[in-house]
Amino acid sequence: MIEQIIIGTLVTGGVYALLAVGFSLIFGNARVINMAHTGFFMLAAYGLYYFIRRIGLGAAPAIVIIVPAVTLLGILAYRFLINPIREHHAAVLLMTVAIVLVFQESMTAVFSSKYWSIPSLISGFTDILGVSVLNQHLLVLGVVAVVIVAVWLILARTKLGIALRATAQDAEVATLMGISVPRTLMITMGIATFLAAVAAVVVAPIWTIHPAMWSLPLVMVLVIVVLGGLGSIKGAIIGAFIIALVQVSVAILMPSYSYLKVVFAILAMVIVLIVRPGGLFGVMFEEERL
Amino acid sequence: MLRRLFKDFRFGLLPVPGRIIAIVFFVALFIIPLIDDSKYTLFVLTTSSLLVIFAVSWDLLSGYSGQVNFGHALFFGVSAYSVALLHKYFDLQPWATIPIGTLVAVGIGVVTSIPALRLRGPYLSLLTMAFPLMLLGLVMAFKPWTGGEFGIPGIPPLAGTHVGEYYICLIVMTVSVLIMWKLTDAGSKYIRTGLIFHAIREDEIAARASGINTINYKILAFVIGGFFAGLAGALYAHVLGTVSISYLSMTMSFRAIIYVVFGGIVSIYGPVVGVYILQTLLQFAGQAGQNFLGQNQILIMSVIVILVLIFMPEGVAVWIRDKIERECPRCKLTNGFWRKECRACSAPLR
Repeated sequence: MIEQIIIGTLVTGGVYALLAVGFSLIFGNARVINMAHTGFFMLAAYGLYYFIRRIGLGAAPAIVIIVPAVTLLGILAYRFLINPIREHHAAVLLMTVAIVLVFQESMTAVFSSKYWSIPSLISGFTDILGVSVLNQHLLVLGVVAVVIVAVWLILARTKLGIALRATAQDAEVATLMGISVPRTLMITMGIATFLAAVAAVVVAPIWTIHPAMWSLPLVMVLVIVVLGGLGSIKGAIIGAFIIALVQVSVAILMPSYSYLKVVFAILAMVIVLIVRPGGLFGVMFEEERL
Repeated sequence: MLRRLFKDFRFGLLPVPGRIIAIVFFVALFIIPLIDDSKYTLFVLTTSSLLVIFAVSWDLLSGYSGQVNFGHALFFGVSAYSVALLHKYFDLQPWATIPIGTLVAVGIGVVTSIPALRLRGPYLSLLTMAFPLMLLGLVMAFKPWTGGEFGIPGIPPLAGTHVGEYYICLIVMTVSVLIMWKLTDAGSKYIRTGLIFHAIREDEIAARASGINTINYKILAFVIGGFFAGLAGALYAHVLGTVSISYLSMTMSFRAIIYVVFGGIVSIYGPVVGVYILQTLLQFAGQAGQNFLGQNQILIMSVIVILVLIFMPEGVAVWIRDKIERECPRCKLTNGFWRKECRACSAPLR
């Protein structure tokens, strides 16, 4: 029981962490609430399914094709659909909703609304302290750890990371320091979509693939970023594991009421917001200060 | 009296093309059943008029007072579910269920405004989005009472005939839109709410410094928004004869946002235009799923929304209004597009 909860929390939390970090990055830098974020996650999962099951490629070439393709699509969507209307906040929000609906409907049209699955990328078990863990789950954990550390290093150590953080703090001053803000935002969108695609690739064999698979992760990601504080990477990671713990415990401890997992996750968020209106590690933005 | 009406008509209505279009449109809606009273046509128009109330109430709450609510389906769904439960367990008729359902939605509006007062910006939006999802979880968890994903069927219709139902909804819609238009009219001499909502949205600190109790007005915005969304939800449950979890879904909340932003946010006519283009026209063009358009309705709607947002990010209705009307730079009076100088002060129009 407890080992199930721990493993489930780590795997689900890892996937949510990847998604939430991307969402948080794009919100922090471009102030865009990107509802289409998990849409790219869904596209990558469907792409993997298409290449492995329909075309018959191996897992490695499929991943090599799919991850850059989805990343490129994210950058293009940002460049041609979101960037031109960035000053209209409501319009941007609606645009991202429309984008994700287009994804959902085109996936329904191409693959029908059935549930699909793909085989594990690596099979078998490993014994850890007497608990047998699926190798696929270990793969998820490993990839999540590597990717998050890589993102952390990029943000903390490289010139690009400094540019990203400067843009998040104050776009005008960043421009004065010689940083090209539009280019930085496009790179941010690229990183965010890349994280979503990686999350999809590692988790697609565990979760089922269907046209509405974007909506539950989206709700959870929104809960996580609010819980952790919008725009805060640390908050997104910690929030992801808190919410995953809540969700997995509800699913395992009371299976007949698994619909309540969203309720409990949201309750956790509401409690945090009532105690700390800015989230756990909230970044207060100048124009949003009370 | 008659002379005053004629004067209003001559100088307040005729020179402004936008108002002529609005009047002609509403008159057309009232005479449509005389021309075509097929069940399908009237059903589409009836549901559209209820969605208009829903969308306009979102515009009032989120567009005007700036409390961007991602969970407007909460009011709609709560009211619809109260109607269904009242009918199922107490066997109440529409004249009783609709007011009670609406009041429940108002109560929920007050309750949601409590956390909303502490938060602002994206935090508020995301928090409000969570509420209908919580309720959705509860509906699914208590299946024996709420019917789970199958909902509650068998709610009686509003009136015996479809024409009667159509007219009830149309009249309620017209009256609600007029009330909300008056409530949000910033230029009104008698009702201050419009001006105050604008002030709260633009700069809350300045509004407070001017002696406005912004807390009360924010709660008022939630109450009004909840009232009209609840009214729409209660009527919708009666018109469709069933409630289901789709009333509380994220899609329902986003439908309100789609209509409003498509038509033009912070304008009462924007959502009306949005609903009648995106909902009604697409339904008729789709012929109830008979052709390609009908089977891929959401896809086509999303593509239209994307194209419209790129080319007219202010919204369709605002874009059209800017094409056919011009505001006098000196006296702020609206003029038709054909005029070279203002009709009141004859200042040249650029």
